[in-house]
Amino acid sequence: MDAPCQFNPRETRPMDRIPILKLGDALLVTIQVDMHDRLAMALEEDLTTRIVEPGAKGVLIDISALEIVDSFIGRTLANIAMIAKLLDADTVVVGMRPAVAITLVELGLSLPGVRTALNAERGMAMIKRRLDDAAMVPADEDEGGS
Amino acid sequence: MAKPASRLPVILAESAKLILADWLATLKATPDARLPATELETQCDSIVTRLAQACRDGNVSSVGAASFATLRDILTELSRTRALQGFSPVETATFILSLKQPLFARLRAVYSAEPERLATEMLTVSELIDALGLFMMETYQRAREEVIIRQQAEISELSTPVVKLWQGILALPLIGTLDSARTQVAMENLLDSIVRYEADIAIIDITGVPTVDTLVAQHLLKTVAAARLMGADCIISGIRPQIAQTMVHLGVELNVVSKANLSDAFALALRRLGKTVVNHGRPVPVQPT
Repeated sequence: MDAPCQFNPRETRPMDRIPILKLGDALLVTIQVDMHDRLAMALEEDLTTRIVEPGAKGVLIDISALEIVDSFIGRTLANIAMIAKLLDADTVVVGMRPAVAITLVELGLSLPGVRTALNAERGMAMIKRRLDDAAMVPADEDEGGS
Repeated sequence: MAKPASRLPVILAESAKLILADWLATLKATPDARLPATELETQCDSIVTRLAQACRDGNVSSVGAASFATLRDILTELSRTRALQGFSPVETATFILSLKQPLFARLRAVYSAEPERLATEMLTVSELIDALGLFMMETYQRAREEVIIRQQAEISELSTPVVKLWQGILALPLIGTLDSARTQVAMENLLDSIVRYEADIAIIDITGVPTVDTLVAQHLLKTVAAARLMGADCIISGIRPQIAQTMVHLGVELNVVSKANLSDAFALALRRLGKTVVNHGRPVPVQPT
């Protein structure tokens, strides 16, 4: 946790950001490159803003192309999930490779707050189910709804 | 006082035939079905010949020397094959140690007039044969260990199959003691299969695991955690009553869904996938093939 905290916009090249797509009430993040610390932190920041600003109820992070993971990336994923939960959005991490799963477990990062699914399709179905459930709640039971 | 040089090389060279005949007679007194007489004769012949050569070329009392290399090779090969044939350590050692008798008999005949020389020579021969015996035992042991290591590898490969029970349901029946290496293989197998079969639920059946201690529990939990990270749920089944007791007494906590047997776990898995088993009341007879 040292230098990567400071972001200089002039230094930011296109590959320094991971695109975040909006799909209805959900945000879709597909990580297609190997994550480095700066990229992970940029993602955390971008995602947080995007959940709040247009308003999202679910976040799907596809890491099927992620081959190398370290404790920092693992922690960032857990952080993103926790932040999203605070902002009332569900995070689903999908497509984790076996080797990555083993590495994370060996590192002691079993991501307790994060929901997981086998592939993007199932993850999307998971988020949809949650949104449908939320929509089914009658208005009179909705406490503190603004 | 300078020790007089051992005359063993000379004796061996002169009466190799006699010694060989004596030795074979001793060995044949207790015949073994695993060892045909002709094979035994060739083995003994080559050993006596190489021993005579080795003693002639080098120091009698240093089995590790270069002059003994060919003899060592023969003994290595011998003890290796005997280990694989299932000879006991005693049988293997007795084979080479029984060479003492004919050698002592020759020494006694040669030194009948010099009891002191006889004692020294006997000691030399005894040490030499003992060293050869120890060498044989060591190779025998090594061969046995190799067999054990190979079998362990085979067992760990054979004993971690992942079976598909239903569309989206996998089972990993674990059999035998779980150590780190085996759990690693099992975990990798399971996770790869989850990807391959797109499974939602994996049942880890530990009916065949004899003991569950804290370490094994930790391995299981790691597997469960890794599967969960990939988006699959795990159910543990087949914890036997004694094991359940031991686990509680040890303070081992498995915070996962567990069922008493595989069928209960399978039923739960089907229910979670929204499937039910119905009895349609019409048993289908088995068609004769």
